[in-house]
Amino acid sequence: MTKLAPVLSAHWDERDSFTIAAYTRHGGYKASANALAMEPDAVIQLVKDSGLRGRGGAGFPTGMKWGFIPQGDEKDHYLVVNADESEPGTCKDTPLLMANPHVLIEGCIIACHAIRAKHAFIYIRGEVTHVVRRLNQAIEDAYKAGHLGKGIDVVLHVGAGAYICGEETALLDSLEGFRGQPRLRPPFPAIAGLYARPTVVNNVESISSVPAIIANGAEWYQSMGTEKSKGTTLYSLSGHVNNPGQFEAPLGITLREILDLAGGVRTGHKLKFWTPGGSSTPLFTDQHLDVPLDYEGVSAAGSMLGTKALQIFDETTCVVRAVLRWTEFYKHESCGKCTPCREGTWWLVQILRDLENGVGTEADLAKLLDLCDNIMGRSFCALGDGATSPITSSIKYFRDEYIAHLTNGGCPFDPVKSTLFSGANA
Amino acid sequence: MSYTSDQLQVMDAIIKRYPRSRSAIMPLLHYVQSIAGYVTNEGIELIAKLLTLETAEVSAVATFYTQYKRKPVGEYHVGVCTNTLCAVMGGDAIFAALKDHLGVENDGVTADGKVSLEHIECNAACDYAPVVMANWEFYDNQDVSSAKELVDSMRMGSPKPPTRGPNSLVTWKEASAVLAGINDGKANEGLQAGEPTLLGLKLSKEGK
Repeated sequence: MTKLAPVLSAHWDERDSFTIAAYTRHGGYKASANALAMEPDAVIQLVKDSGLRGRGGAGFPTGMKWGFIPQGDEKDHYLVVNADESEPGTCKDTPLLMANPHVLIEGCIIACHAIRAKHAFIYIRGEVTHVVRRLNQAIEDAYKAGHLGKGIDVVLHVGAGAYICGEETALLDSLEGFRGQPRLRPPFPAIAGLYARPTVVNNVESISSVPAIIANGAEWYQSMGTEKSKGTTLYSLSGHVNNPGQFEAPLGITLREILDLAGGVRTGHKLKFWTPGGSSTPLFTDQHLDVPLDYEGVSAAGSMLGTKALQIFDETTCVVRAVLRWTEFYKHESCGKCTPCREGTWWLVQILRDLENGVGTEADLAKLLDLCDNIMGRSFCALGDGATSPITSSIKYFRDEYIAHLTNGGCPFDPVKSTLFSGANA
Repeated sequence: MSYTSDQLQVMDAIIKRYPRSRSAIMPLLHYVQSIAGYVTNEGIELIAKLLTLETAEVSAVATFYTQYKRKPVGEYHVGVCTNTLCAVMGGDAIFAALKDHLGVENDGVTADGKVSLEHIECNAACDYAPVVMANWEFYDNQDVSSAKELVDSMRMGSPKPPTRGPNSLVTWKEASAVLAGINDGKANEGLQAGEPTLLGLKLSKEGK
């Protein structure tokens, strides 16, 4: 049985956990003071040695990303923190920043020192007013305490409702004051990022993991997790479970173990399908309860660890309805730059609506898969790729259910049964 | 509508946050929205002038992002999450009930100007589903009757406080100012975390 290992979440249960007083009470800002006394390259090496990998979805080694920033180039360098948490099911950075914004600021100081940047920007989604307040206050307090403003500045930049801005190059365009649309790579942000300067873009959880690594050492971090997926991470459990919530555990824990901690799937029901890392990661079913939830384990089982957003759906949920809704989301959020994604997601919605309403034909399933084939890998960014994941995986595991919509002349499910207030209050 | 010198000073300070002025376009749009309640043509013209851009360049940005409104919304703008997980768990039923209860469609505003309604995408609070937002503050674990009570309280002029947010709900304009980066002094109000956020930590302390 894997034991939970709260590091990021260790002090969230203290009533004032978000204040600078609480953060310093637990040794906050000591790691950054220590890091500032180290050679920048030594900080990068330490983070490399820790094995920390990006927590925003892709799992790229954080220290290696920092190492790509050219040195001695006399250009301004930038750190950009991606706090545009919007992937459906993903809800880890928002509670982290609500409960402890200072850990991110301290991580920014350390990362800026390592990559020789004087400026960090935190790009947060705009739909979380109170988190914006907490982060703004924390930045103000860090300036007052002298942690910021002595060579390193942090600016909070608030988005305005666009999923695409979670994609790092669209985020950079947005931060430069344009519509958020992805850029063609290369050049990668490490060479030409914000204002065409060398830029590191990291997720909130990745940067927030750094202070503890500096404080406790690479070996300590390496001691947790699996062979290639080191450390602890936040798993966010939601949906048809008795007790949803955040579970910080070493990488490699399984859904079976987390469900056990959460009191299981909602009483009287059974697991039907779930996402391991948000809606852009191919669906899993009850066959995947024992897949180790680390980068390699999930990938070997045909999906992606993504943001560790474990969305659980029980047998009352219509998979076609679920997939249609996600597809409508991708269509709405497609920025419109690349034709396969812009047009493709539109057609996916039309066909799925027909199927959900029972007016399609079995040939539409082949057409859906063909469309997915023509969207996958054909755009500047991965939004369109993500749109295909729920479709191809649901057809793989639940083809019969699509067919049942056709033979039934519509959806065979009662949507009331899947609500939390099933019937009584609906 | 003309802008006061105090407002122009705030906008100047917003521009100075950035190494390059164009980056200030988004906070400036949030700020003009906080003054008029939506992004007016005057607001776009002013931002264009301040940043030496064409108005079309500012409009192009303003119309790309869904949080910038080009027409007035309610004093309390209510968003019901109807992305898959919330929808399945009750968001669809809540949204349908609120449309009926308020007599408005998606993006509609009540005649008294108090409440506007919008269906929204995933708002990063899935462990609190079904989620309703008002002026982008969290109202967690909603059902049809709690959501109706919430909008009724808004129309009576005494909105219920958010479940994870400040002690009282600020207005749409006030919230827009916060998003422009203006400190309203309420950061220390409200919970540090709700129960689901703390579940793993609690279990860990029990030896799990």
